[in-house]
Amino acid sequence: MVWEVFRQERAGQAFQHAGSLSAPDLRFAEIYARDFYGRRNESEALWLVPREQIHGVGEFADELERNYHRVDGYSLKAKLKEARDRAGKAPAGDR
Amino acid sequence: MTERAKLLLEIADDELILGWRDSEWTGIAPFLEEDVAFSSIAQNEIGHARALYELAAGDLGTTADELAFDRTPEEYRCAQLVELRRLDWAHTIARHWLYETADAIRIEALKASDDAELAGLAAKIDREEVYHRMHAEMWAERLRNEPRFREAVDELWPYAFGLLEGEQREALCERVERQAVEPVVRGGHSDELRELWEEMTIVRRSVPGAAW
Repeated sequence: MVWEVFRQERAGQAFQHAGSLSAPDLRFAEIYARDFYGRRNESEALWLVPREQIHGVGEFADELERNYHRVDGYSLKAKLKEARDRAGKAPAGDR
Repeated sequence: MTERAKLLLEIADDELILGWRDSEWTGIAPFLEEDVAFSSIAQNEIGHARALYELAAGDLGTTADELAFDRTPEEYRCAQLVELRRLDWAHTIARHWLYETADAIRIEALKASDDAELAGLAAKIDREEVYHRMHAEMWAERLRNEPRFREAVDELWPYAFGLLEGEQREALCERVERQAVEPVVRGGHSDELRELWEEMTIVRRSVPGAAW
């Protein structure tokens, strides 16, 4: 049975994935996790999660390239330049 | 030698020799996770031995290294339980479980001692032994119905019984749910200790007084 281990480095911090280990049950997993991720005082606390309890989600469709949904934002640079060029060429009265 | 120094040496020798024996599994334990865990237990036991030798060395006007490596095999005070070279997992876990159970009784008594130094060191050691006991108990429970494990416990029981004395023996019987037997008492040594001693002291003997 594979266990995923998450560790908290300092009190109050978010838990981060540390690695995984193989153990037949929770008692064994706890002992091994203490040794792997706790014996050097490198962790404040650990979470042990059976891998089979983790539901993975992946493959996010973006067929229509709606880049305004993305966290990296949507680039205004090209559009701004285009707009400036258009504005620069246009007669003053049309602005 | 004072009673206190004798007691310290008994426990220190038990921990050193058992730590050495347990470390023989490093690299060849049944699976990777256990290899790391059992090696770490072995390392802890040797650490406890060092702390105990240091306390004894203060009383005896010597050093921990001299106590650990410069005595003759006959001068060691360890119980035969820890000397046996038993490279099969059933015996290793049987010994580990019997030893940790007996050691817990001994440490509890030391923690309650009027000798503040001894009680303080026992409390410190016990904070690590808690995890050794958790480890030993989970394995013992897992192997409880395995014939090889049960035979190993039967075989080692007289040795474990001889690790302790007096009332502590009764406490051990209760905890492991076994009857008193003719104990293999502390004092005599097996040939296996001499072999281990040859290996353990080879560096000290080849370059006396070496430090690194």
